[in-house]
Amino acid sequence: MSEQELDARGLLCPIPVIRTQDRIEQMQTGDILKVFCTDPGVIHDIPAWCRINGHEVLSIDEEDDQVVVMVKV
Amino acid sequence: MSPEIIRDLGHRNSINQWYYYQTFTVISSMNTSVENKSRKAVALVSGGLDSMLAVKVIQDQGIHVEGINFFTGFCVEGHTHAIRKKDRARPKRNNALWTAEQLGIKLHIIDVSEPYKDVVINPKHGYGANLNPCLDCKGFMVQRAYAWMQEHDFDFLITGEVMGQRPMSQRKDTMPVVSRESGAGDLLLRPLCAKLLPETKPEREGWVNRDELLDFSGRNRKPQMALAASYGIEDYAQPAGGCCFLTDASYSSKLADLWQARGEKTYEIDDIVMLKVGRHLRPRDNFKIIIAREEGETNFLKGYRKRFLSLGTTSHTGPIALIDGEPSETDLELAARLVARFSSGRDADSVTVEVLQKDGTSSTLDVQPLPSNEVPQDWYV
Repeated sequence: MSEQELDARGLLCPIPVIRTQDRIEQMQTGDILKVFCTDPGVIHDIPAWCRINGHEVLSIDEEDDQVVVMVKV
Repeated sequence: MSPEIIRDLGHRNSINQWYYYQTFTVISSMNTSVENKSRKAVALVSGGLDSMLAVKVIQDQGIHVEGINFFTGFCVEGHTHAIRKKDRARPKRNNALWTAEQLGIKLHIIDVSEPYKDVVINPKHGYGANLNPCLDCKGFMVQRAYAWMQEHDFDFLITGEVMGQRPMSQRKDTMPVVSRESGAGDLLLRPLCAKLLPETKPEREGWVNRDELLDFSGRNRKPQMALAASYGIEDYAQPAGGCCFLTDASYSSKLADLWQARGEKTYEIDDIVMLKVGRHLRPRDNFKIIIAREEGETNFLKGYRKRFLSLGTTSHTGPIALIDGEPSETDLELAARLVARFSSGRDADSVTVEVLQKDGTSSTLDVQPLPSNEVPQDWYV
């Protein structure tokens, strides 16, 4: 099981979702992906993508202008 | 072990073998049956009602459907929500993802922004009312979805197209063009108007029942709304003019201006995102000024200060502005007066404007805000 990070700061939706999707395709079940974003749209879009594709959002942390979404593959 | 017990075990083993044989036979026959019946379709999902209904109609026939959604850079979804602060109060959702969730299907979002440039810049079939290359766009998307379908071992492709609904890509004479030029041929099924079109392979082979497909045509949306109601679908996106910025006259005029100023039809993703943000004014041929309209846009434009010369008022509250082009000293003063015009100091005798170079060095200009009657309408792009 590995933990990886993805920098999607400065990207507008749906690009952070696409980057998350493409990275998760390369990961194994049980792995954790931490996605760093600046577009607040990810607060809704990444969980929606996870729900329909069977992944689990462990946490969403908003700090200043940054959003960090933690996904379990 | 007694002979009775041994005999009993032997009997049980033979029963187990019989059960195994029977079960194996049933499973084998089920597998054959599943192979025949469980077809898979990939659907182009925009997030609008038509693609949602097309999926529903095919799901109703027991077909496994997954969605595909293409990001071109011109999608109305997302960007403006992220940029404009006032929109953030509205519930934000990506309609393609939301639709997929309602339908219970997987959605694959694919970034095609780079290859899509050729569709926008050199459309074989030309543009629509604005810079919308709808027929080429549909052909491109179906072609890409068809390639995905083959790569992922799906059987056919569906779209939510309705004959006669769009003036370019959804006409009786252009729908076959999309099937032909995309390479999808008769593996492209349009469930909402299939009965008005020649039979496709999924219908011919009995993968789907043609009798249960539809014959919707024209721009009247009532049949779709009635079908939605019959499915109990009450909430769906209804984007005016579709989900693409290129169908928007104001956006297209900004893109045309960009190409004219550059002397060539090229763009990068940042360029086309920037066309969605702020007021765009071109006071002179050699430069354009992009002025934020509110706090969200100001914050967004701040992220581009290393790529563009920028202006902002310091003596009064006001927007940030970016300069695209090569302004002279006189041009800069004019730009500063324009920025002052959109600040809270618009009625003041003098406003201080900071000029920030791309390398971070700055200077200030004290200017008189430009009166509104000195801002000609044709400066607005």
